[in-house]
Amino acid sequence: MKIAAEDVTPVAFTVILFLAWEGACRLFHIDAFILPAPSAVFAAAAHYWWPLLKNSFVTLWTTVVGFILAVVFGITLGLVVGWSRAIYRGLYPVMIGFNSIPKVAVVPILIMWFGIGEIPAILTAFLISFFPIVVNVATGLATTEPELEDVLRALGASKLDIMRKVGIPRTAPYLFGALKVAITLAFVGAVVSETIGANAGVGHLMVQAGSNFQMPLVFAGLLALAVEGILMYALFALLERRMAGWAFRASMSAAG
Amino acid sequence: MICLDDVSLSYKGRSGEVTALAHTSLTVKQGEFAAVVGPSGCGKSTLMKLVTGLIRPTAGAVFVEGKPVKGPVKIAGMAFQNANLLPWRSVLDNVLLPLEIVPPHRGRFRREKDFYRARALDLLGVVGLRDFAGRYPWEMSGGMQQRASLCRALIHEPALLMLDEPFAALDAFTREELWVVLRDLWQRLGFTVVLVTHDLREAAFLADTVHVMSARPGRIVETRVVDFLRPRPLEVCYEPAFTDLVHELRGKIAEVRQA
Repeated sequence: MKIAAEDVTPVAFTVILFLAWEGACRLFHIDAFILPAPSAVFAAAAHYWWPLLKNSFVTLWTTVVGFILAVVFGITLGLVVGWSRAIYRGLYPVMIGFNSIPKVAVVPILIMWFGIGEIPAILTAFLISFFPIVVNVATGLATTEPELEDVLRALGASKLDIMRKVGIPRTAPYLFGALKVAITLAFVGAVVSETIGANAGVGHLMVQAGSNFQMPLVFAGLLALAVEGILMYALFALLERRMAGWAFRASMSAAG
Repeated sequence: MICLDDVSLSYKGRSGEVTALAHTSLTVKQGEFAAVVGPSGCGKSTLMKLVTGLIRPTAGAVFVEGKPVKGPVKIAGMAFQNANLLPWRSVLDNVLLPLEIVPPHRGRFRREKDFYRARALDLLGVVGLRDFAGRYPWEMSGGMQQRASLCRALIHEPALLMLDEPFAALDAFTREELWVVLRDLWQRLGFTVVLVTHDLREAAFLADTVHVMSARPGRIVETRVVDFLRPRPLEVCYEPAFTDLVHELRGKIAEVRQA
């Protein structure tokens, strides 16, 4: 297989970023307590690999569970909202209001309700990530071409027929776009919750390391989160290619 | 086949009441090819929606096949200026779409898929797209997409074909090609056509009768019978009688635009 320049650039940029970071730390003699150099961060990651892995796994599964809830709920609500203009108008302001609440503020409430543990993390991941899914699914449905609707209605198609044949398939690119945003948001939600109150997870690990003044380990935690986020994003980007590839090719239309 | 009896339609626009159609009467016989021409914004598209039952008139009555229209008529195929094919479906699957919706085909569709596919391929063959059945719409030119759109409008063998400026976005050569395609389809299948267009040559070449609409609020101000012999070759368009007809229609429209 031939490796194209395009495949190499992300790696090159990452390496350059780390080298610049390392260089800056050495050149300006930055205290490891303020900003540890990547070498120190990697060393900490290697030393504490087991707690890092264990806690990363906790963060991963709470995020994924919260995300799955968000997908199921988001698609359902998106279909309902996109179904009729009345529901769209009625629910939209409520959702905007809800989405404007900083989720950090909700975490203490969730902890009060469900106690310290995974459940608040799952719920925070869910709460923070369902909104883009709802909005995108509803938008996909609401922007169905009116002429196409006329074609189908003139055939005697019911509203459900139009949804099944046109509405839902055409939301696919919107949905996958939203999923990529939502999965990274879900990570944010889970980690926010873990930093406020949890017994495990990368957020919890970072708070602990921070209070022990182990800055390299704190940064190693950040790094672990970044890696998890990238992997999940890549997974959904791949799924998007598979399931809604026509949308990419359609934009490079050969018509003319 | 189609009868509009003193139909008016008005709706609430941004700046008050808009009257799209006023006291329009129109009759189209079974198997007739009718064209409606007029200045832009004269309510031609509104007329189409009224006939197919997508909107209801404010006053007057619409009859299709002798029955008053109370909802979508379900016997109509439609095609618009924009081909509106579904980009996630191949051309063949786009053409098959109406069969998944119109009874009795929708019940049989899964069981007799091969039969319907063969039928769709035949129809695609008539418009010269048989070899492109497996392609996706965005892999084809505008003219080819419009051919596929015509096939989609005809696959369920509707008694009525409604065309809203279907060739307006195409170049002159492709347009003439598609006139011939439509002419042949019509002569072969014998459905009733209402063609809304602002291309007078298109109307004169294809139609049995040309109805001229006035500027908004629209109504039919003149009906001309076009009696060139059928089948009509494209050369008809270059005969003096044809040019005269187009000239007269043009004069009529210029007149109603002034008024």
